[in-house]
Amino acid sequence: MTESTTEYAQANRSKFKKIDMSKLSSHEQTPSAEDLPSCLRVTDLNLYYGQARALTDINLSIPSQRVTAFIGPSGCGKSSLLRCFNRMNDLVDGCVIKGSITLDGADIYHRSIDVADLRRRVGMVFQKPNPFPKSIYENVAYGLRIQGINKKRILDESVEKSLHAAALWDEVKDRLHDSALGLSGGQQQRLVIARTVAVEPEVLLLDEPASALDPISTLKIEELINELKERYTIIIVTHNMQQAARVSDFTAFMYMGKMIEFDTADNIFTNPAEKQTEDYITGRYG
Amino acid sequence: MKKDATIHSHHISQQFNADLEEIKNNMLEMGGMVEKQLSDAIDAIITADSGLGQLVREDDALINAMEIKIDEECNRILVRRQPAASDLRLVLTIIKTVNDLERIGDESAKIARLAIELTEQGESSKGYVEIRHIGERVRKMVYMALDAFARYDVEAALAVAKEDMNVDMEYSSAMREMITYMIEDPRSITRVLNIVWALRALERVGDHAKNIAEHVIYLVKGTDVRHIGLSGLEEQVKGESH
Repeated sequence: MTESTTEYAQANRSKFKKIDMSKLSSHEQTPSAEDLPSCLRVTDLNLYYGQARALTDINLSIPSQRVTAFIGPSGCGKSSLLRCFNRMNDLVDGCVIKGSITLDGADIYHRSIDVADLRRRVGMVFQKPNPFPKSIYENVAYGLRIQGINKKRILDESVEKSLHAAALWDEVKDRLHDSALGLSGGQQQRLVIARTVAVEPEVLLLDEPASALDPISTLKIEELINELKERYTIIIVTHNMQQAARVSDFTAFMYMGKMIEFDTADNIFTNPAEKQTEDYITGRYG
Repeated sequence: MKKDATIHSHHISQQFNADLEEIKNNMLEMGGMVEKQLSDAIDAIITADSGLGQLVREDDALINAMEIKIDEECNRILVRRQPAASDLRLVLTIIKTVNDLERIGDESAKIARLAIELTEQGESSKGYVEIRHIGERVRKMVYMALDAFARYDVEAALAVAKEDMNVDMEYSSAMREMITYMIEDPRSITRVLNIVWALRALERVGDHAKNIAEHVIYLVKGTDVRHIGLSGLEEQVKGESH
């Protein structure tokens, strides 16, 4: 009797040793940015709109296959910075960029870079869903068609795969040839994401992707971002701080064209190092 | 970054300022009541005042009600404001601190009950010196921990944690003293046991005061300093907060 009690007690004790503390929380501790590989690096970046300097001495490494959020008040330069990554600023008159941005080690502002190819590799999704006035199918196939791919089998496969990736397939599979404009706002935004991932980019730039959507569609987009980060490096600009806290692994706080603080989202939202960051995320006037 | 007690004002939302101020003030008020409960309970033993002991026991319900009220307020702020950074740490710290305060209230009520029993068991001042001595120390610890909270003073919080070690040592030596009394005069065992329970309750109050001090360090520094020992604690407090 005594023996079996001891055995029972010992069997129970052994459970203690098996507990893996790292598994007590499903939330994985984000390593610091320096310890992660980075495909996108910004060095001494300055951006001018005519005489006005919109970005000042930005230095940043975006960790690969993670979500990085840029937060900051309106006009702080976060969208300007985001647009630098796929050279959208080239279209703005009087915009001058100094410094360098490298994608996989190659300077994206170098003369030899094909901008159209860069924008395939660095896809972008805007605040307002902007599907083309075509069918759902043609929206997703568009990027492949302009690359000269017209084989129906390849297009079919790619459309299905992309719509799956954008978590939209089940909702639209029976009406692929209906107009994309008949979809709801949230569905349109996911369609735009499907269109972007169809051309297999490396980086996804999301500029306020959910700010025109209702809360449920917003959550679906956030869930999608979480799934997409396994394959893509994602950069998101958002005014919604709770959204940045929910979706991002890393968060950069910008103010008046400067990068004030860049750290893991956990640190930024519980214990930021800079007072300006603290004031912004806690809703104080600086 | 400068971190002091004024850090929680200046929100764009005035109501948010007011809400945070309110839970802070309520918690400090609860702290004041708990301090009073504790010192009255100690006095009730030392002065053999069973009437005072009865009052302490009755007022424990008030402390419990305050704990629930403050917790509710904190929940409301978490849901409605989704506080971040120092605001989040303030709310979490208050939730934890009111829990420790409520436990100190329970220990005080226990001491008050023992005061009543001791008074009924008749005159004898054996063990009162120890009660007075340790009681005074833990009372001061509770005061200092709450003061450290009010002033965002991590040095003071560290001092409370250090003091807890001294209290633990004094508790052990008082225990040996009580055992001697019981060996010398077995008829006194019932009475001395009551003193032992009271001492034990005081020692627990010291532990709760130390917990509160640790919450204060978390509030100001943002690092969790529980279960890392005194030297680890000291390192965290002296180290530059990031």
